[in-house]
Amino acid sequence: MTDILESRPAVAVSRGKPRARRRGRARRSLQGYLFLLGAVLCFALFSWYPMVREFIMAFQRTKRGRTTWVGWDNLHRIMADPAFWQAWRNTVTFTVLALILGFAVPFFVAVLLNEFRHGQAYLRILVFLPVMLPQVASALLFRYFYDPKYGLFNQILHFFQLPGSAWLSSKDTALLSVVIAATWMNMGSATLIYLAALQGIPGELYEAAELDGAGLWRRIWHVTIPQTRMILSLMLLLQVVATMQMFTEAYMLTGGSGPQGSTLTVVYLIYNYAFNFNNFGSAAALGVVMLLVLGAFSGVYLWLERRVKEA
Amino acid sequence: MIRTRAAVVVLAAVAVAAAACGGSSDKKSGDASASPSFNPVLDKNAKVTISIDCAPAANKPVETKQWTDDIAAFHQIYPNVTINSKPMSKCEDPAPFTAQLKGHTETDVFYTYFTDKNQVLDSGEAADITKYVTPQTVTNLKDIQPAILDINRDNGKLYALPRTNYTMGLVYDRAVFKKAGLNPDQPPTTWADIATDAAAIAKLGGGVNGYADYSANNVGGWHFTAELYGLGGRMVSQDGTKAAFNTDQGKQVLQNLYDMRWKTGGIGSTQMIKWGDPQAAMAAGKLGMYIGAPDDITYMVQTLKGKAADFGMAPMPGGQGALVGGDDYYFKKTDTPDQIKAGIAWINFKLLTPGKGQFQYDRNKTGGLPVGLPEPEFFIQGSPSQKADDANKQASATLPIANFQPFLAVSPTPVVEPPAAQEIYKVLDNAMSAVLTDKNADIPKLLSKAETDVNTVLANQ
Repeated sequence: MTDILESRPAVAVSRGKPRARRRGRARRSLQGYLFLLGAVLCFALFSWYPMVREFIMAFQRTKRGRTTWVGWDNLHRIMADPAFWQAWRNTVTFTVLALILGFAVPFFVAVLLNEFRHGQAYLRILVFLPVMLPQVASALLFRYFYDPKYGLFNQILHFFQLPGSAWLSSKDTALLSVVIAATWMNMGSATLIYLAALQGIPGELYEAAELDGAGLWRRIWHVTIPQTRMILSLMLLLQVVATMQMFTEAYMLTGGSGPQGSTLTVVYLIYNYAFNFNNFGSAAALGVVMLLVLGAFSGVYLWLERRVKEA
Repeated sequence: MIRTRAAVVVLAAVAVAAAACGGSSDKKSGDASASPSFNPVLDKNAKVTISIDCAPAANKPVETKQWTDDIAAFHQIYPNVTINSKPMSKCEDPAPFTAQLKGHTETDVFYTYFTDKNQVLDSGEAADITKYVTPQTVTNLKDIQPAILDINRDNGKLYALPRTNYTMGLVYDRAVFKKAGLNPDQPPTTWADIATDAAAIAKLGGGVNGYADYSANNVGGWHFTAELYGLGGRMVSQDGTKAAFNTDQGKQVLQNLYDMRWKTGGIGSTQMIKWGDPQAAMAAGKLGMYIGAPDDITYMVQTLKGKAADFGMAPMPGGQGALVGGDDYYFKKTDTPDQIKAGIAWINFKLLTPGKGQFQYDRNKTGGLPVGLPEPEFFIQGSPSQKADDANKQASATLPIANFQPFLAVSPTPVVEPPAAQEIYKVLDNAMSAVLTDKNADIPKLLSKAETDVNTVLANQ
């Protein structure tokens, strides 16, 4: 009791002194800012500063040790490069194909896994295994699978008396072959995220749907998809941004450009400008174009998403 | 009080920085060399430390020991010089190399390929060593082919010294030739002969291909260039402003490959081949021929464990010209004059003196390294250095030198790479991949498109 009585005036005093209170709050804030400092420094040094430098370099050119401002020249140069439009065409095609396969397949695999009552943990590991393999190792594996003469895929086709394909060695099939390999390499993570979202859907909703006579497809359409819409739309955005920046798969499978430039992507072209052609100005300019395109896409997508929600 | 102390510290730091800046400008290589009392020879009393890259990595114990022994021997002559070596398993990787130039983190004496000249000079990282390279500092300077030194010049200034060089030719597997009933001592010298022999080899079956060529990672364009030079063609006009390959010779290069892939059957269906693929196939006895450099044989013997006696070299088909390649050492812009002198002294000792360093063949033989390759060959034919080097090489040869005789018997005109080489190679990769992967490839159309694209590249230089 005495303690309580003694403590009261102290509280009253502290309430009566806003300066001291502010100081206490500032000290607490300072601690928070100090905790933040490491992350902020990391972002500043490794993300924001390179981005600012990239914008600056997009308007510069270095020749014989002298860096000069060249205005829009780098942009004009990359647009005049015949590879520019081919790279964008390939990148957009890859993204569309990767969305059809890479977005739908993991979702349906997750739905399928969610239906299993036994052995789900093992199946989850199986699906996730390719993600744990280094991408380079996976790509080398697929290079072997795609070999027109000795590859696994043509052996399977021949087994069923079907004609083989040139896979990576033809301009008509190279990009699709890269999409298939990329989907296999990356679908594990997406599947697990979808599975986590599916497991958050209350079971009563499915029971009610079943009582109403809904079959598997109607349950997916009326329960699963609406309930996972948030995660689906987020994953769609992330996948578009990621697939537009595809590099490793094409670099390892077809050497980057592929037959007649059929797998040349924008990011590989940036790499080529910077590291093979020593043209950092053009590389930076193309990087900025890519950033603006992806930024615009994300902005429009989020705006539409909000409009749909409001409606 | 604290503020005053802080101000003093800041002022002192600024003063030290200013002094350091002043000091570094005094050290610039060009300034000292411009003085009338300039002596290019290293003063043996001046304490110097230099760092140098492309030292052998730990996975090459024989070469590492040789490097260490050479440094010790060099130290006997120049006890005032300390060499800090940077071991590398691959002396240059484009991405890290570009990054180190951008970050100014290259060693004082740094390794590059011949093709990197423009990149290095554009980065502003190279020191002008013209006045340091004299017969006093590079003992056999008069014996080094001027064309090789010219590769490292720009506007009359010399920036690097050669490490190795090569001219390309036809690498072939003698054992596969024998199996196919061909005479390995008479390798093909024309594309028509290559097509005939490749078809005969492919008939062996079991995954053996007669001929292979690159078409990815810009090396397809590189080989188009080498093959065009062999037929006497050129990639760009004399002044370097226009594409010059859309000619009969250019068409012939693509037609040869197309015919072998789709008509005569010497080239297999696995395509988008890049560096490393044909070497692996040949070391495994699955490939008859490909265009390559002599040091590919070292790679096939040392790394891929192929049998040295199986490999031979013939000249570039056509024999009109041969693409020159190689590597060299540049000097960092911020090197002091003494560091440049010490670096040149080391390169002279290790890389440019017959009987020493890389040319100490008896030591290579003892260490089990392949001896007898027709490279480096940067000494002028018939010069004392070339004669001495050849005699040493023959005395210690571990590779059958006779296997390279067809290559050595012909002396095609050495031709350097075109300007904007990598960008041009990228364009020609498409033409190469088209004829090797597309049965309906239209060669005149492919060349016309490549010509337009290369003209755009050259106009943007």
